[in-house]
Amino acid sequence: MSEIVLEGRNLVRDYHIGGGLFSSGRVIHAVKDVSFKVEKGKTLAIVGESGCGKSTLARIITMIDAPTAGELLIDGDKVDLVKDGLTPEMRRKVQIVFQNPYGSLNPRQKIGDVLGEPLLVNTAMPTAERRDRAMQMLLKVGLGPEHFSRYPHMFSGGQRQRIAIARALMLNPRLLVLDEPVSALDLSVQAQVLNLLADLQDEFDLTYVFISHDLSVVRYIADDVMVMYFGEAVEYGGRDRVFSDPQHDYTKTLFAATPRADVESIRARLARRAA
Amino acid sequence: MHLLEIENLVVEFETAAGPFRAVDGVSLHVDEGEVLAIVGESGSGKSVSMLAVMGLLPWTAKVTADTMRFAGRDLLSLSAGQRRKIIGKDIAMIFQEPVASLNPCFTVGFQIEEVLRVHMGLDGKARRARAIELLNDVGIPDPEQRLGAFPHQMSGGQCQRVMIAIAIACNPKLLIADEPTTALDVTIQKQILDLLMNLQAETGMGMIMITHNMGVVAETADRVVVQYKGRKMEEADVLSLFEAPRHNYTKALLAALPDRATGDRLPTISSIFNEDIDGGAPA
Repeated sequence: MSEIVLEGRNLVRDYHIGGGLFSSGRVIHAVKDVSFKVEKGKTLAIVGESGCGKSTLARIITMIDAPTAGELLIDGDKVDLVKDGLTPEMRRKVQIVFQNPYGSLNPRQKIGDVLGEPLLVNTAMPTAERRDRAMQMLLKVGLGPEHFSRYPHMFSGGQRQRIAIARALMLNPRLLVLDEPVSALDLSVQAQVLNLLADLQDEFDLTYVFISHDLSVVRYIADDVMVMYFGEAVEYGGRDRVFSDPQHDYTKTLFAATPRADVESIRARLARRAA
Repeated sequence: MHLLEIENLVVEFETAAGPFRAVDGVSLHVDEGEVLAIVGESGSGKSVSMLAVMGLLPWTAKVTADTMRFAGRDLLSLSAGQRRKIIGKDIAMIFQEPVASLNPCFTVGFQIEEVLRVHMGLDGKARRARAIELLNDVGIPDPEQRLGAFPHQMSGGQCQRVMIAIAIACNPKLLIADEPTTALDVTIQKQILDLLMNLQAETGMGMIMITHNMGVVAETADRVVVQYKGRKMEEADVLSLFEAPRHNYTKALLAALPDRATGDRLPTISSIFNEDIDGGAPA
């Protein structure tokens, strides 16, 4: 498929910091000249360490922040937040799932209301229909009808991340931005959530932007990989190309730093240790 | 004789719904110069069992064991005062959140020197010299200057280095690292693990690495204990654990690693391992 859902052209985001009566401010270049394209139904993974600008990029893609320069195109339409503002239609198209499921759900809101809220804000749907949709989505992400009127604290981390995913899907988005969705989860729960994401992608033909620092997860889920370092995209290409033949030094460092859990590496390490 | 020897450790918490068993009959031992990894998911009791060794559990916890012996001394029969002489000196611990485990109100220099004052009884000059030496050992550049820094002025990786400096300040015989790299980036994780392994090899201390990350286990451990819901599932040396796991839970844990994935879906723990703790035991 060749339909481009998301495209960034030379995106730049600067933050102006400080600057008072007696000092001039500084400018932080959080994202420098980043370009990318994502086809429908594919997954672009953005990899990098804390402070490399990957979350700033996620904010630009989800239209929370406007880029300082450059163009963002969603479904081929140019997005200009400063001039046109944000229409409900655009908000519907792009949704985000945050890293920490403990922080991203309102502790005083029942799950049914959590899921209904995107519809309440963005559509004129009647209450009964909102409830029906919320219930359907709850079942879709692997939770039960009994969870509908419970509060977030009654759920485990994995269940909460399912709720956050369900909430993001309520508006039938085209594009889902996943900001470290599994890094707070246990290994077994991580596997369940990754499987859920893969199932949902197949079912709704979703496009993902998957932000992570865990290379083994990226290798498993991504079609394309972009490696960011100090705001720059130092490496961008298909998954197999990036993993088999990394070009940039930073990418190589990143691969070398990832712990290896295969038997040969363990044997090599034990041999080094014995020597 | 083992450095640390635990036989049939049980930790129970009193709750409104009756006693809750967080650790259920765990036995393990560590020798000098050995790295033992305790691996398990959250709620497997891996941290609680080590906190029980350290005596850091709240009074609501009921700790019982047939044996809990460190370097020939029975930890359970020691008085609180005697125990405090061992904790922090001969047994040291590093925690998961480096930024949260340092006191934000004091400089890192003060916090390192505090350990030296309490346990080693060094005078001010010697403490300062030793603190600089320790910061140097853990790879913090410009240690004289950094002694005066507060935790918030340092990055997470540097805070963890300071925590390690505090832990190794009194040349412990046993170092317990509780998820030391979970909150850190991969490149920093690599640096911290390398640092810990180098220190361990230099000093020959025993080390217990608590983690949920199989990659960290593969990179550090000599021997591995796998825990699940407070019970020990499997114990093996690291190579045989990864090569031929015997217990179903270990198999499931390894299969859930994304780097071992073969199909387009990951096998989940529950699909392989039906919470059937005893049924999965090796024949």
